[in-house]
Amino acid sequence: MINHEYVHEATTYRSVSRLAGMTTTAPPFAEVTRSAGALRGFLHGLPGVDQIGAEQRVAMLGTRSIKTTAKAWALDLAIRMVDLTTLEGADTPGKVRALCAKGLRPDPSDPSCPSVAAICVYPSMVPTAVAALTGRVHVASVATAFPSGQAPLDVKLADTRAAVRDGADEIDMVISRGAFLAGHYRDVFDEIRAVKEACGAAHLKVILETGELATLDNVRRASWLAMLAGADFIKTSTGKVQPAATLPVTLVMLEAVRDFRAETGRIIGVKPAGGIRTAKDAIKYLVLVNETVGEEWLDPDRFRFGASTLLNDLLMQRTKLATGHYSGPDYFTLD
Amino acid sequence: MAFEYAPAPESRSIVDIRSSYGLFINGAFVDGSGSLKSVNPATEETLADVATAGSGEIDAAVAAARTAYEKVWGKMPGRDRAKYLFRIARIIQERARELAVLESLDNGKPIRESRDVDVPLVAAHFFYYAGWADKLPYAGFGPQPRPLGVAAQVIPWNFPLLMLAWKIAPALACGNTVVLKPAETTPLSALLFAEICQQADLPPGVVNIVNGAGDTGKLLVEHSGVDKVAFTGSTDVGRAIARAVAGTKKSLTLELGGKAANIVFDDAPIDQAVEGIVNGIFFNQGHVCCAGSRLLVQESIAEELLATLKRRMTLLRVGDPLDKNTDIGAINSSAQLDKIRELSEIGAEEGAERWSAPCVLPDRGFWFAPTIFTGVTQAHRIAREEIFGPVLSVLTFRTPDEAIEKANNTPYGLSAGIWTEKGSRILAVADRLRAGVVWANTFNKFDPASPFGGYKESGYGREGGRHGLEAYLVH
Repeated sequence: MINHEYVHEATTYRSVSRLAGMTTTAPPFAEVTRSAGALRGFLHGLPGVDQIGAEQRVAMLGTRSIKTTAKAWALDLAIRMVDLTTLEGADTPGKVRALCAKGLRPDPSDPSCPSVAAICVYPSMVPTAVAALTGRVHVASVATAFPSGQAPLDVKLADTRAAVRDGADEIDMVISRGAFLAGHYRDVFDEIRAVKEACGAAHLKVILETGELATLDNVRRASWLAMLAGADFIKTSTGKVQPAATLPVTLVMLEAVRDFRAETGRIIGVKPAGGIRTAKDAIKYLVLVNETVGEEWLDPDRFRFGASTLLNDLLMQRTKLATGHYSGPDYFTLD
Repeated sequence: MAFEYAPAPESRSIVDIRSSYGLFINGAFVDGSGSLKSVNPATEETLADVATAGSGEIDAAVAAARTAYEKVWGKMPGRDRAKYLFRIARIIQERARELAVLESLDNGKPIRESRDVDVPLVAAHFFYYAGWADKLPYAGFGPQPRPLGVAAQVIPWNFPLLMLAWKIAPALACGNTVVLKPAETTPLSALLFAEICQQADLPPGVVNIVNGAGDTGKLLVEHSGVDKVAFTGSTDVGRAIARAVAGTKKSLTLELGGKAANIVFDDAPIDQAVEGIVNGIFFNQGHVCCAGSRLLVQESIAEELLATLKRRMTLLRVGDPLDKNTDIGAINSSAQLDKIRELSEIGAEEGAERWSAPCVLPDRGFWFAPTIFTGVTQAHRIAREEIFGPVLSVLTFRTPDEAIEKANNTPYGLSAGIWTEKGSRILAVADRLRAGVVWANTFNKFDPASPFGGYKESGYGREGGRHGLEAYLVH
């Protein structure tokens, strides 16, 4: 069995919700999740996000110049954070096995190159991935009628249980954006709760599909909603909707996990997914993590990249840094 | 594991600093009557010897400007003046990196700011006023507005090139010629600008640059041959200039000090407000006349906001101005550092609580850690006097009325900031703030199309925008 290193710090449910002005009880925020009205009041009482300000912040951080030793360190960390993903109707067991081999040894010519964090597949491919990886890399499965989330709850739960039963130790669920946008926060909360329960020991990543949430205020609310309901990770996107991960959205989610940690002591991970294709982009995200939540989140157990093409660019930059010259894409394996 | 950013220094080889510079008079570099040394405040190394102007050189510069005004520039059609200004703007863009590196070397500001803020704004200012040069009859100052003549311009050291642009671009667009004196600690970017004027084939005498300390500035503004005096700098010097100009026919604009209130209401977007506070006071080491040096925060969120602010301040990277990852560079001079230290000590003595971001300051050069004072009252000197450094005074308020009263309770009135998600509150509060510029949910934002200037002891006259033309036209 895979030994997870996720840290769930001993929760010291201190002064719960300065933000909501609620009294202290355990579990955290029991007061705010007690009723639909309380939950709504809490989420709408969170401080707003000024979009222009958030965009300026990430633009400034985007000017950070990461060179030489810092770049080498960041590239290796980024590789270790990749959830190497294939989520296509055309996926085959052969393709998944190839992806697993690549995830285990991304650069076959260089044994010092680290493995990725996880292989992320559809539930039907979980047995193949589990057999190929034999516990050396996590197996993540999307579930809950990915990517739309448009299925009855019992189907979503069955989807989740099947993936866990087949050996997935991470579940990437999608929230019901329709319910969220309609203000039915309690429904979304209950659904996440139920999926979390179905996950058992597997870790739950909750996909907010921020491209459909429209505002950064909504991103902050959805982040808190997912964390309150028991998410281990909050994830930006399915990758099937544009825009997928963006730096401002990730900034707001990082601020949310930072504030949640301050309130509850629990550390929640963040996973931007979709649209991150270059090493340069990945490093921008790492800078964002470093200067928003700090080094504690610079760890594959707290921060992941959901990506497919990113890995090859990371490998290419890594080789360039080590050898001083670029080798063409033909020198790196296709997924 | 910590993410240590490796040093990422911008190369200084792009800029060729000469060992000595003359005065720029009548289109050529000429000898002065004395000299000063310009020092890199981050290392204390001498960058160059710069000639200074005495009365003879000031006479020559004003005479050159007068001749250029009467013979060439004053009667040149606006569309032709525009060509020169557009040309200068383009050369500034082409030589942007060179200008940015030189500015950071001479001033101590981080390369990120000179590269991303100062120099792009300088080019934007020339582009903007180039556009006005042939449209002055439509600016609202009469059908045939005329230039004033020769403008004497004295600028400060905090934004050497940007303040030059704010002064020279509108003056030239309106048909005036100028004699400009940069600050004695930051003469170099203006001298590179003089080279750009040569490169642009600007007619000789239209722009003259004379260096020197306060005595040179005094000779210039008191010179009987100038028609217009424009000054940006301290309120004390501004007062002396106003006295010297009083009773003459010279027109005068002054852009002086400030002690801006940055007001954070309890419904503000907290994370962005904290960014705005940091940008408001730590941008350019706090050497900003419109810096948000007084933080007024609503009592109910004060504790939470200060905790977030302190955490954010620990991330500020203080050090080598040429490193692309530096957020806070060097204090411009030892004299300014002494002043910041003195006022900070007074703040602590008067009972305010001092907190500085933990950071390692270089051994050589002039440095001051980003600092905040909490528990400040209106009576404290650090709440009243302009520190002009990376020092923030934090006060609290309970009601909007109290915030407005405290914000206005200062002899200055240059700028202010409002942070709230409520639009109606922004409008209502801005209406009652006695400050020339009010920023809402942002701070220290500049645009050439937007006028800038003060109330009360922050000066008079506006720079920038259509309003900025008024100071350089007879109407």
